[in-house]
Amino acid sequence: MSGANDSAMNGGCHCGGCGSSDGNGKFLHETPMLDQLESGPWPSFITGFKELAERTKKPMLRGVLDQLEYSYKTRMGYWKGGLVTVDGYGAGIITRYSMIKDKFPEAAEFHTMRIQPAPGLHYNTDMLRELCDIWEKHGSGIIALHGQTGDIMLQGIEQDKVQECFDELNQAGWDLGGAGAGMRTGVSCIGPGRCENACYDNLKLHLTALKHFSGQVHRPEWNYKLKFKFSGCPNDCTNSIMRSDLAVVGTWKDAIQIDQDEVKAWIEERGMDALVNNVISRCPTKAITLKDGGIDIATRDCVRCMHCINAMPKALSPGKERGISLLMGGKNTLKVGVNMGSLIIPFMKMETDEDREAFIEQIEEIIDWWDDAGLDHERIGETIERVGLKQFLEGVGIEHDINQVTRPRDNPYFKAKY
Amino acid sequence: MSSQERTWKTIESGPHTYEEALHPVVRKNYGKWKYHEIPKPGVLKHVAESGDTIWTVRAGTQRQDTVDMLRSLCDVADKYCDGFLRFTVRNNVEFLTPNAENVEPMIAELESMGFPVGGTGMCVSSVSHTQGWLHCDIPATDASGVVKSMMDSLYNEFKDMQMPNKVRLSTSCCAINCGGQADIAVVVKHTRPPRINHDHLVTTCELPKAVARCPVAAIRPTVVDGKKTLMVDEAKCICCGACFGACPAMEINHPEHSKFAIWVGGKNSNARVKPSTMSLVAHNLPNNPPRWPEVTEVVGRILKAYKAGGRPWERVGEWIDRIGWKRFFEETGLTFDENMIDSYRHARTTFNQSAHVRF
Ligand code: HEM
Ligand code: SF4
Ligand code: SF4
Ligand code: SF4
Ligand code: SF4
Repeated sequence: MSGANDSAMNGGCHCGGCGSSDGNGKFLHETPMLDQLESGPWPSFITGFKELAERTKKPMLRGVLDQLEYSYKTRMGYWKGGLVTVDGYGAGIITRYSMIKDKFPEAAEFHTMRIQPAPGLHYNTDMLRELCDIWEKHGSGIIALHGQTGDIMLQGIEQDKVQECFDELNQAGWDLGGAGAGMRTGVSCIGPGRCENACYDNLKLHLTALKHFSGQVHRPEWNYKLKFKFSGCPNDCTNSIMRSDLAVVGTWKDAIQIDQDEVKAWIEERGMDALVNNVISRCPTKAITLKDGGIDIATRDCVRCMHCINAMPKALSPGKERGISLLMGGKNTLKVGVNMGSLIIPFMKMETDEDREAFIEQIEEIIDWWDDAGLDHERIGETIERVGLKQFLEGVGIEHDINQVTRPRDNPYFKAKY
Repeated sequence: MSSQERTWKTIESGPHTYEEALHPVVRKNYGKWKYHEIPKPGVLKHVAESGDTIWTVRAGTQRQDTVDMLRSLCDVADKYCDGFLRFTVRNNVEFLTPNAENVEPMIAELESMGFPVGGTGMCVSSVSHTQGWLHCDIPATDASGVVKSMMDSLYNEFKDMQMPNKVRLSTSCCAINCGGQADIAVVVKHTRPPRINHDHLVTTCELPKAVARCPVAAIRPTVVDGKKTLMVDEAKCICCGACFGACPAMEINHPEHSKFAIWVGGKNSNARVKPSTMSLVAHNLPNNPPRWPEVTEVVGRILKAYKAGGRPWERVGEWIDRIGWKRFFEETGLTFDENMIDSYRHARTTFNQSAHVRF
């Protein structure tokens, strides 16, 4: 960590408060490495940061650019964590203190506030402008849209400004997202807002569920984190299967709806070869056959993968008896390796408030079980892997179902009641 | 400001409500969409059962945004979209308008502001990525910089729809991989066990927590200079960096020895084949700021081979399933080495449990 970034340290005021410029009359210090990220056609975050810094003359921005340049030079990171919260909450602020604040005192603190956006990441410009104004007033003005767990990440605020910033945001209708061992912010795809494939109102379920678990978002008290993602259909645009503990994926039970005239129009336009090569032969279960110049789908063979519907969006759509599948246990590497969610509940209706209530009751039971059976720092998928799916199902009162496995067990060591 | 002075009582509202954030045409046709088309790259046309149409213009962003940039996006939304906009989970911004005549001026305006219009259909979309040196406390690199460098060279792949199917990229700044599974993922791999700062460890870390974090039980208590501390059995350690998350005195990041690895074939969608996880196809690439040319080169090579050889609708993993890993390595010019044979849990599921052979 020796060898200061001399160019960043030449002259200038480092008191962290006055924002005055350095000797050469420029507000920002030289950042030769970061500057290289300003060339090329893709939008550059460095250009954005520099413009913001020049306009607002916030010392923190200069300090952060200096520290980032230093990281680029030394190939090391220099932030450490800590604990900052707002009144009544135990989570939602990610604390960052600089390990090298002697070098770059202006960036001594650079905390992030995680803010929960609306399901589906929808905004109107009034609410967004208000958010920007509050954030510019109290914080750095840097925003990441969005974190992988869905939060708006307001990056760069000092501890003594966090409470008043939050109070103003809260008055404007915003709330903090999760962090630590609790419920995290959720993610949903655009769903019925614009997508014809949506099999349930995922925006509504997202809002209902996250509101219900607000206490657990703000005061983490479980074994580890728990994430919801809500995808309207098996295309799973939110990547829920891999990246959430509770993957709520829309699906349907009855036959795919076929508009044979549109099928014929599709064939007319693209040809029979395209139908055979790109639709019929790509169906994973060979459920589609040619019939009378149109197509026939054997519903009992269909696994609801979405391919044919994606390929022929005008001609085909999901069936009418719609609902959700619940998959559980998706997570990334740490520490048992990558795990995808596995199917726990094949189908649940999700149309009425009662359906949503039943869903939340089921999730509460699942969480109670995990709270009991799980170890510290163990995601729910890991707990299920450790104690067994059968034991989990018993524990939460979910019926066993052949859809929960790709095939029955191949291991003969088990104990049954005879 | 101390809590006594507060006049505002927190409302634990949870996520922001969405109804006030939906365009009136979206609200009117909510759940009643009939079909969609992609008239040109970056533009979607959705038609409702009512006959209403809504046009979407999608653009890439830098994701590490600023209030200024957001305000300029709001200006566009005010001018063309009655004051509504949204984002996608891959950091693209979307402008929805019922007026077809707004589409072209909006594209021109966004492009003149530096936001590429694209990201639809069979393209390389924006990269989901992580925090990096700008913000995380355990990163070995800067994901935002890697992504910017990579997307500069994939600019046309974002704006065109010339791929066999969608390509999802992700980038992560440590082996925990918050960036996630993707068709092609760029993930840091530490190549040396942690170096232990004993003075620091004794004062800052909870020893049992750090011991428990290790997936291969390589961490053991020990005594140094009469003080209880930890040691790492270097033969066992798999250089995952998990202990560093629990105990910053177990420094895993290294300016030279934290390298990049490239993974392929991850897919979350259920379309056609079941979702799949990624496989390692390159590692030991230097962590080379500010432009990481080696990473971009390998990703470019994989994309080029996939674009040339993939059939319509095949995702990267499906293309490899068809041609086999042997040909994947031939066609990309990458080298299969012994580290690509899994040696961790569930490894046998990745072995060839058949006599299927490719020559
Ligand atoms: C301690 C430093 C860490 C920081 C600063 C950090 C930062 C982040 C951030 C900002 C996000 C996006 C959050 C959001 O959208 O709200 C994220 C997501 C994620 N984090 Fe971390 N993270 C840390 C540690 C970890 C650890 C220890 C794990 C592993 C257990 C982890 C696993 C993940 C995963 C899997 C995601 C993505 C989840 C998704 O796809 O939604 N992170 N991380
Ligand atoms: S997951 Fe399905 S419903 Fe949601 S946006 Fe994607 S295709 Fe549409
Ligand atoms: S949804 Fe998938 S499984 Fe069902 S018929 Fe279509 S392609 Fe086949
Ligand atoms: S990938 Fe690792 S270093 Fe990067 S944000 Fe996630 S935890 Fe931090
Ligand atoms: S790097 Fe991973 S394997 Fe090595 S000691 Fe730390 S936790 Fe264990």
